[in-house]
Amino acid sequence: MISNYYILNVLRFILLVLVQVLVFNRLNFFGFINPMVYILFLYWYPIKENRAAFIGLGFLLGLAIDFFSDTMAIHTASTITIAYIRPAIMRFVFGVNFEFQSFKLSNTTQVQQITFLTLLILVHHLVFFTLEIFSLANFLLVLKKVLATGAATLILCLLFGSLFSVRKE
Amino acid sequence: MQQIINFIIRYKNFLLYILLMIISLGFTIQSHSYHQSRFFNSSNWVTGNILRTSNNVTTYFGLDQENQRLMEENERLRYLLFNKSSLDTVALDSVQQTYTVTTGKVIKNSYAHPRNYITINQGEKDSVKPDMGVITSKGILGIVENVSNNFATVQSILNEKSNINAKIKNTDHFGSLVWDMKRFDVVQLVDIPRLVPLTIGDTIVTGGMSSIFPEGIPIGTIRKFDLNSSQSFYSIDVTLFNDMTNIKNVYIVNNRYREEILELQNQTEADDK
Repeated sequence: MISNYYILNVLRFILLVLVQVLVFNRLNFFGFINPMVYILFLYWYPIKENRAAFIGLGFLLGLAIDFFSDTMAIHTASTITIAYIRPAIMRFVFGVNFEFQSFKLSNTTQVQQITFLTLLILVHHLVFFTLEIFSLANFLLVLKKVLATGAATLILCLLFGSLFSVRKE
Repeated sequence: MQQIINFIIRYKNFLLYILLMIISLGFTIQSHSYHQSRFFNSSNWVTGNILRTSNNVTTYFGLDQENQRLMEENERLRYLLFNKSSLDTVALDSVQQTYTVTTGKVIKNSYAHPRNYITINQGEKDSVKPDMGVITSKGILGIVENVSNNFATVQSILNEKSNINAKIKNTDHFGSLVWDMKRFDVVQLVDIPRLVPLTIGDTIVTGGMSSIFPEGIPIGTIRKFDLNSSQSFYSIDVTLFNDMTNIKNVYIVNNRYREEILELQNQTEADDK
């Protein structure tokens, strides 16, 4: 069972990176929207895991994407940020429930799951586009990119989520 | 001592986060300077090969269009060739030519970021070096920035760091070509003095000041122009000839005398000090 579960996560990691760099990085919807579906990895990742390992994985994930997209280390900075603050977001969304041993993502309501995903995407995109554009003068451009790309990412992540729903782990 | 250790254990996640953040910001800020980090680019072995494999599959979909484009270019070149009055083979000796040209294929293109890089399938093995110019049959594309054995990354003209010498065709008024990060089909030409007569639709070509591109490579046409805030220079929007979203075959241009020019310029600057 244990090895099964590792294989699942490794496969998920590789597939999401490949799908991201080979398909979604080239989408350029309306000329600038490239949804970042690899965030799903951090959304799906088991909750009761070592936090340090989780941040480390976020670092590797971001690094892999950065290598392919010539974006320096911007993806990395955003993935470690959401990896670090994920517990805080979860406490905010799920309340005290999330502290219990029996807590499972699949047991929560749809609204809670979507809120959780939306907050992850929002934080990630804010960090990403702020670093990418790197100037306060273009704050409106940052906002526009965050909202447009965020909406596209959210829709695609929800579609992917319903296609490959998390098995009851 | 006990307290320090306790502190570290208590905040180990936070410290780990800060450490990784510093690493990634370090990489990011380091490459804000002129060159990209040596390893942080898609011309390395693993990413280059994966991108090439994917490109091998996807190129088939645009084959017709691409052939058509190459035919049109051949037609234009044939026309020039047939109408050239004297064909002196001595003048075609490669030792006497300033520029040499190699072909390449784009395996990764991007135009949605403030800093766009294009990856091509030619590298050190094909004697591509940093700072060579890259053009297509329609106009300029960018400058080679990093090179690995088999691949190279090109800093696209759609990059906020890009700065290329350009002029208005048939005059010698030159300015700098930059990008304001807004639209992928429009770049800006700045520093053209106010006294220059401009018309919408005028052609912009590369200038002779750069040691990277030959003079007269087409760039685009004037879309609109305004005076800048100091009222003494124009800021011109240029519509590109190249469709930056759809690029397959490129030419890499090498100036044989670039090193000599740079050396001379450096020497002159050093003498000034």
